[in-house]
Amino acid sequence: MVVDGVVRIGRATIYHLRDVGRMGGFLYSAIAGCFARPFRFKEVLRQIQMIGVNSLPLILFIGLFTGMVLGLQGYYTLTKVASEGMLGMLVSLTLIRELGPVLTGLMVAGRAGSAMCAELGIMRISEQVDALECMAIDPFRYLISPKFIAALISIPLLTVAFDLIGIFGGYLSGVVLLGVNPGAYMLGVENKVDNADILLGVYKSFAFALLIVWTGTGRGYFVQKIKDAGFGAEAVSRVTTQSVVYTSIAILVWNYLITAVCL
Amino acid sequence: MSVELEFIDVVKRFGDQTVLDHVNVTFAPGQTTVIAGGSGQGKSVAIKLLLGLMAPDAGQILIDGVDIVKINKKELNKVRAQFGVLFQGVALLDSMTVFDNVALPLRERLRLPEEEVKVRVEEGLAQFDLQGEGDKFPAQLSGGMKKRVGLARAMMLDPAVVLFDEPTTGLDPQITMDIYKLFFDTQKQHGFTSIIVSHDIPKVFNLADRVVVLSRGKMATFEQPEDIQHSTDPHIMQFVQETMGQVYSSSHEFSS
Ligand SMILES: Nc1ncnc2c1ncn2[C@@H]1O[C@H](COP(=O)(O)OP(=O)(O)OP(=O)(O)O)[C@@H](O)[C@H]1O
Ligand SMILES: [Mg+2]
Repeated sequence: MVVDGVVRIGRATIYHLRDVGRMGGFLYSAIAGCFARPFRFKEVLRQIQMIGVNSLPLILFIGLFTGMVLGLQGYYTLTKVASEGMLGMLVSLTLIRELGPVLTGLMVAGRAGSAMCAELGIMRISEQVDALECMAIDPFRYLISPKFIAALISIPLLTVAFDLIGIFGGYLSGVVLLGVNPGAYMLGVENKVDNADILLGVYKSFAFALLIVWTGTGRGYFVQKIKDAGFGAEAVSRVTTQSVVYTSIAILVWNYLITAVCL
Repeated sequence: MSVELEFIDVVKRFGDQTVLDHVNVTFAPGQTTVIAGGSGQGKSVAIKLLLGLMAPDAGQILIDGVDIVKINKKELNKVRAQFGVLFQGVALLDSMTVFDNVALPLRERLRLPEEEVKVRVEEGLAQFDLQGEGDKFPAQLSGGMKKRVGLARAMMLDPAVVLFDEPTTGLDPQITMDIYKLFFDTQKQHGFTSIIVSHDIPKVFNLADRVVVLSRGKMATFEQPEDIQHSTDPHIMQFVQETMGQVYSSSHEFSS
């Protein structure tokens, strides 16, 4: 019994170490693929369309409502200490430093990250990745690296869109609905947000973009190597779900770590 | 231009199952070898080993004297660049049209200008009787059409080595003969080394230079297709009897 347990733990450890190694090698190849010729410019644009442009309506919608509810909650809290004038600062800092990158990351992970994972998973099980390799076409340069570039461009821009419309949402509920002084709100936004805050938001959005595209494409690419995932369509569906869960957890943990280091 | 391929003492296992058991075989340069054998005997596995998509558990796989088991990805890519491959499941890129699939090697490997790509793809499609099908997606094709698109794609870059896994399964006899005719004509012109996994007994047997029968993990080579009938290996005899019995039974007896 004891020996069995030890063997199991040993096996699991080896599996996870291998998995980490594989994903590390995958990241390296994907980055190398970004610099390989010929560069697939059109494919990058297509991916920006899929990851960025197509996610924009959802991001704007969520950003607007997040900003609006922040306006309401912020107003309620700030009136307790008679400082409603600070609402602009509260809403904009919360969005730029935290909610913008995190919520955008979570949404895009669910929307585009899962799509990438399923796409690569299906290409893997139907031997399309093998076919590319046999034609001496590097699947990283051809398939994966364009997704990396597109994600690293789109997700930070989506985050900016989220922040801006969120600040507008805060304005709607704070100023238009609850009567906070519009000048005070805008002054809070303009004066109290400094470069460090914006930089933190930018760091986060880049980090989350990398997590999303790396986990999404990597899990799909290795769909046949993942333990207990099963085979075929079922494996793809399991691994896709798993990749969204992993990405979401990673985003929240990284968010905490980056915040802790930068504060 | 001709390339030699060789298995030296190759062993391939999946768990407890030994698919290839110390296999030694040479595929001579410029020759066409047919691999035959019952279903599940490891023909597709042998092709995947030659492509470096699977690693053997033991032994060497030499392509022009280079052991592809040992080389790195970059060198492997150089070896693969000479291949024209058809998978048993064809493996067309299913989110691209037929045209784009066939154009893929021209665009990505040769980086030809679009006008030239268009000319050569149309030519390739026509060879395989696929005129006007360029705008369809793989999901809109029949099984036999997919095979032909796969063949057109594989032949696009004048490969030095051709590996076809069941190129004509699912095609009608007329197209099968057309494809073999085209194939052997091109082979004569370009002199590529080719390996064809096929059940088209005896049609392709008579056209090929050599036949390799894979049975229970062993490969037996026959320089003349007719030699198969004289084999003394019981498994091979059984295979021959089961698959070609009718073909040869008129002139030979196996039943003793
Ligand atoms: N990835 C794999 N994992 C485990 N077993 C495998 C794998 N690929 C092939 N096999 C096994 O290896 C054996 C040979 O398979 P292979 O696909 O080479 O058969 P084949 O000779 O091509 O048959 P067919 O004529 O039906 O295509 C089969 O028993 C199969 O179950
Ligand atoms: Mg097969």
